[in-house]
Amino acid sequence: MKREAPKSIADYSPLFFPGLMLIVFFVIPFSTMIAVSFFQRDPSGFYTPDFVFSNYARFLTPFFGKVLGFSLMLAVMVAICCVVIAFPFTFLLTKRPRKVQTIWLVCLLSVLSLSEVIIGFAWSTLFSRTAGITNLFVAIGVMKEPVALLPSFWAVLTGMVYQALPYTILVLYPALVRLDPTLLEAARTLGASPVRAFVNVVVPALRNTIVATLIMVFVFALGSYLLPQILGRPSHWTLSVLITDQAIYQSNMPFAAAMAVFLVLMSLALVGLTLLVGRRENAL
Amino acid sequence: MKQTFLRRLYFTAVALFLAAPLIVVAGVSVNEKQDLAFPPKGFSLAWYAQIFADPEWRKALIASLSLAVTAAALAVAIALPLAWFLWRRIAPWANVFQILGLAPFILPPVITALGMLTFWATTGFYGQPWTAVISHAIFFITLPLVTLSLGFASIDRSLVEAAATMGADDRTVLKTVVLPLIRPYLVSGYAFAFVLSLNEYIVAYMTIGFTLETLPIKIFNALRYGYTPTMASVSVFFVAVAALVFGLIARFGDIRKLLGAMSSES
Repeated sequence: MKREAPKSIADYSPLFFPGLMLIVFFVIPFSTMIAVSFFQRDPSGFYTPDFVFSNYARFLTPFFGKVLGFSLMLAVMVAICCVVIAFPFTFLLTKRPRKVQTIWLVCLLSVLSLSEVIIGFAWSTLFSRTAGITNLFVAIGVMKEPVALLPSFWAVLTGMVYQALPYTILVLYPALVRLDPTLLEAARTLGASPVRAFVNVVVPALRNTIVATLIMVFVFALGSYLLPQILGRPSHWTLSVLITDQAIYQSNMPFAAAMAVFLVLMSLALVGLTLLVGRRENAL
Repeated sequence: MKQTFLRRLYFTAVALFLAAPLIVVAGVSVNEKQDLAFPPKGFSLAWYAQIFADPEWRKALIASLSLAVTAAALAVAIALPLAWFLWRRIAPWANVFQILGLAPFILPPVITALGMLTFWATTGFYGQPWTAVISHAIFFITLPLVTLSLGFASIDRSLVEAAATMGADDRTVLKTVVLPLIRPYLVSGYAFAFVLSLNEYIVAYMTIGFTLETLPIKIFNALRYGYTPTMASVSVFFVAVAALVFGLIARFGDIRKLLGAMSSES
């Protein structure tokens, strides 16, 4: 059966249900959120319809600037750590037998699907004083007595790298598994050591993939909403945490919505950039 | 030799990093008393029984399972006709729906959650259990949409053409040729959506968090008031469910292909 253009209304019928669901339950909620970002906060209830810019004006406060700056810095660090660990790992993984790859992929998917609540709880246990990793250090004589490693910035960073690492590997996997093996063989034949062939041939060949992955992981890390709260101090809160906090605990929906709109625009711009980078790669 | 050793070391380090927090959680979940201690003091599986015996945890477990089963089904029901249409017809503007289907997954989750919260609050259904089913279905539609698109792309069009030449109409072709061929992709799409819905916190919290507790919500609420070992046993239970589901997909399907390897040969 060739692909054909739809001719009658009946040909469009498979689209009715998915189209309706996506418009009613995604486009409309999204638009509602944008509308609410211009509403006036109502301390007694949710909000009152209005058209004000005061929610956006709050972006200009030093408090918001600090949260935004911290979120961006944290997401950049997570993205760099993840790609640095994941890129050589994924490359080596694609060279392993199929069975080994399958087992790794199952494990990575299992960790990736874990709830942020569980990841937060697991790391808070590992970093705790009574059940934590420092007990191990005491046992082998590196430390005198166990200490709590949280709340701290490093705990937040570790937790978020843990959360994003399987994602990074799975984003890199298709590109690396499809990498032309003759590229590497040629380099090896010409006398390059494996490490040198990797650094001088594989990494430059996949430069755009690396950039695109960095951006994808950055956006992923921006979305982390619980780990900074569980593993960090209030000064380690990110934009996503602040949005949740404003919406649920401060019941300031309009301000939360305004921040969400800002986060969408930033994420969309970055995802757009990834597509642009990807297109250039295809053109080469 | 040295290289093999270095590679093993590297793989072991990554594996340890990924496994360490889960090992500790598994360890504290078998503590005999209610303390947070590792290595565990004594051995007891009582905290696993607690998931099913304690009415609060059991209620959360049932809420989570019913949500995941129905939301994943709805997500597949939305994704299947859409993926089929995109494969069957040339209609460039219909790609808008594909982008809409991918968006909730790429954007930070808090955005979908907040959109749903404002929507259900505005329409007056806020807090109804079924609102979470729809919200999760939309949030996770990306997964069946991606696996089904891969499935349709893998169908040899000449098979379908042969059926059509021999007189089968669209419906017959769909039922006898297309659906059997994409069944593995249908199942994995459902499985992905199911596992992720089971684990999802923020969308569930912002839609039904104040009326009904799912397991992740229950764990987080418990975490805020201190520690109970049941949190640890539930976490281990979650890891086991995910590993089981993805293990089954790998056993009966080709997980490498699902994740983007071109062919099953390598």
